[in-house]
Amino acid sequence: MKKIIKYVIADILSSRTIIVYTFVLLALSISIFSIEDNTDKGVVSLLNIVLLVVPLVSTVFPTIYLYNSSEFIELLVSQPLRRQSIWVSIFIGLAGAMALAFFIGVGVPILLYSYSISGIILIISGMALSIIFVSIALWAAVRIRDKAKGIGLAILLWLYFALLFDALVLFLLFQFSDYPIESAMIAVSMLNPIDLCRILILLQVDLSAMMGYTGAIFRSFFGTDAGMAITAVVMVFWMGIPLWLSMRFFRKKDL
Amino acid sequence: MIQIQHVHKRFGKITVLNNVNLSLKGGQCIALIGPNGSGKTTLIKTILGMVVPQSGKILFKEKDTAHKWEYRKEIGYMPQIGRYPENMTVGQVLDMMKDIRKMSEHELDTDLVTAFQIAQIMDKRMRTLSGGTRQKVSACLAFIFNPSVLILDEPTAGLDPLSTEILKEKIRAEKQKDKLIIITSHVLSELDDLVSEVIYMQDGKPRFHETLDTLKASTGTDRLSKAIAHVMSHQ
Amino acid sequence: MNGYLLYILNLCVCLMVAGTSCAATIHIGKQKAVRSIRQAIEQATDGDTLYVHAGLYREGNLQIRKKIVIIGVGNPIIDGEKKYEPIAIYSSHVTIKGLTVKRSGQSSINDIAGIKIYDTHHVTLIDNILKDNFFGIYVQASKKCMFQNNRLQAYGKTEQLTGNGIHAWKSDSLEISGNQITGHRDGIYLEFVTHTDVRNNLSLKNLRYGLHFMFSHDNGYYHNTFRHNGAGVAVMYTKRVRMEHNIFEENWGDAAYALLLKDITDSHILHNTFSHNTTGIFMEGSNRMQIVYNLFQGNGWGLKIQSSCMDNVLTSNNFVCNTFDVATNGSLMLNRIERNYWDKYEGYDLDKDGQGDVPYRPVSLFSMIVERYPTAMLLFRSFMVTLFDRTERVLPSLTPEHLKDDSPLMKLVAL
Repeated sequence: MKKIIKYVIADILSSRTIIVYTFVLLALSISIFSIEDNTDKGVVSLLNIVLLVVPLVSTVFPTIYLYNSSEFIELLVSQPLRRQSIWVSIFIGLAGAMALAFFIGVGVPILLYSYSISGIILIISGMALSIIFVSIALWAAVRIRDKAKGIGLAILLWLYFALLFDALVLFLLFQFSDYPIESAMIAVSMLNPIDLCRILILLQVDLSAMMGYTGAIFRSFFGTDAGMAITAVVMVFWMGIPLWLSMRFFRKKDL
Repeated sequence: MIQIQHVHKRFGKITVLNNVNLSLKGGQCIALIGPNGSGKTTLIKTILGMVVPQSGKILFKEKDTAHKWEYRKEIGYMPQIGRYPENMTVGQVLDMMKDIRKMSEHELDTDLVTAFQIAQIMDKRMRTLSGGTRQKVSACLAFIFNPSVLILDEPTAGLDPLSTEILKEKIRAEKQKDKLIIITSHVLSELDDLVSEVIYMQDGKPRFHETLDTLKASTGTDRLSKAIAHVMSHQ
Repeated sequence: MNGYLLYILNLCVCLMVAGTSCAATIHIGKQKAVRSIRQAIEQATDGDTLYVHAGLYREGNLQIRKKIVIIGVGNPIIDGEKKYEPIAIYSSHVTIKGLTVKRSGQSSINDIAGIKIYDTHHVTLIDNILKDNFFGIYVQASKKCMFQNNRLQAYGKTEQLTGNGIHAWKSDSLEISGNQITGHRDGIYLEFVTHTDVRNNLSLKNLRYGLHFMFSHDNGYYHNTFRHNGAGVAVMYTKRVRMEHNIFEENWGDAAYALLLKDITDSHILHNTFSHNTTGIFMEGSNRMQIVYNLFQGNGWGLKIQSSCMDNVLTSNNFVCNTFDVATNGSLMLNRIERNYWDKYEGYDLDKDGQGDVPYRPVSLFSMIVERYPTAMLLFRSFMVTLFDRTERVLPSLTPEHLKDDSPLMKLVAL
């Protein structure tokens, strides 16, 4: 398995997209930190990148990669290798590469310029989102044979998580504003890993506002050890479940 | 060596393999022939586990192969169209396969690597190779691990006459070592002096499975191509 | 010449007579002639000084009806045993210094305090420690009293079970300075109090307000720090207040304001720092306020100004790193907002006069939404919300049209 991971990573790196991605992130982070005199504001500006660009690239790039390396996968499948280990290796290779790219592109500048709790949470969130969206991309790509449709589905999924979901939540909020829906909203936010990460960072950078009436409810959940543990478990589910589904499909897939 | 029992495969609504039953023994060189879309490649891929049938069993040395992978150590596969990671060099592909198969250097069968002069193109990336050169690499990969079963899907397509001869020579040599060799090909004339048995597939079903000699005798011809033509015209 | 000598002689005699009557000192302690403070107060006459030496004194309710000075030596402790009011002052010109007064009784009918001052004047309390009392220092209907460098600590769990730290009612010309108040209901509470100076106090972790005053006109609050209180300062129904150089920090909670202004008029809020509060200033029904040279930093809401406020001036303030700079509840805006520095301002200054060329709108669309649907805070900083806010900034439709700074500063105001 280690060997396949090694070849997957070597293959990803030789495609250069990931290197360009790393450098773009790095350039963005450094320029944000050099423009903003206040490091907390730098973290906030980076937050937008983390919540938009990271999921987008982490979905679309692995999808394209999977379609482009269908030969490679075919070759591996005809070899004496377990299908599960091929798939897990591809996942680890992609997720590792995406997370590493994020860590170098955003994590290192944060550690240098803004070594704070909000910064650390941003790094962890970004890496978690990278892994989660690789997992989702794997699920999308394994189900659809057609490359164009597959990439389309990946972009749709990204749109859903990054935009449509929030619009739905806002709609629900307006509809049920007369009811005590705060706890329900915490549950709803668990359905979108991007929202989860965003709220975790909000509780750091907008702490003062989050101490207000409803914010306090979120804080009393996410601020406790139990709440953090539940959040962490939910994030792991977000990494694991799409991967598990895709693997079930891949075991029976005809190549 | 390989038993195929009641194998059934559909892609969507199209039935590609329809209740296939075959028994393939060692020491034979079997020609798998049939018109386009008759299910030859799918059958091969089913044996390799790349296509999962809806029903039926494939036994490799009396063991069920469903969701197993170890048995593939004993199979060398040369695909119809050799598709490899485009960014890797020939050398890297070879190294990777050696790495996956975990075979020590002295056990390797490097006859074809030498004969095809692969050493000269070790540093070339896969995407720069011509179709023929790719076939050469595929052939090397199929034979290099000295497997007891060789599955060759259109092995000579795209090869120049000299290389075809080298490959045929190698196939003959392997046949002497009591191996099972399965070849599909459209060029029937090539198979004449290679194969010992013939399987003729049509509409996802093997029409017949006979030795070459029986086939020639029953059709009264001395060449495989004529024999096949005879069979087809008398259906 | 003779007359002059006679005058000096006369003066000497007078001083000696006065000396015998004023300068008497009484020492109280286990090893002293007088063992109880009660006994000492009975013995004392106006102008005497009582030295209370180290030890624990449980003497119920001590009533001081003479002009005496009580000084603690070596930290004597006066214990109210959770039943009594340890010290009650009825006389003018009383000074108490260096005592530790603790464990007063608790009552929701009588406001029992560690030290209570009844209808008098010129009482001075210095360097005392008041611990675990219901009310700390309670003064009613008195004038010209001074409370300096006292430390008050209570351990209240709820607002009902705790009194205020320094509580003044219907008094005039007090001076409250250098005190440190923790764990009470309100740190300092003033009702119907006038002409009073509150300086250099530290009000920390009180359950309700750091400083609370109502109907208290013409007072000034300078250089105080209000930190971690339920709310910083609540100012209600008051005229002509000066609030300068105060620091409001980390007053967090669901209804937490660093400074709550309710029906305040003609007052000045200058040079204050509002840092990391849920809301910096909340204004309701307040008119003709001057809010100048303040720093609003890292607050959830910098300024919440209700549309019931009129003719206020907000100028030369710095707004930095607030989640929302300004929020309001209506579309009406009759206040002047100009020449402030807003770190979220994205305009330009082509004529290089230090002021942005396009107006800044400190009220974001999303802050209006959150005002109405607080749960929407959950969506803050999501891409969709950012998109909404951008659009609204370009084409204002829902945010109050006149709530804007026409000349936002490009650089921080030097404070």
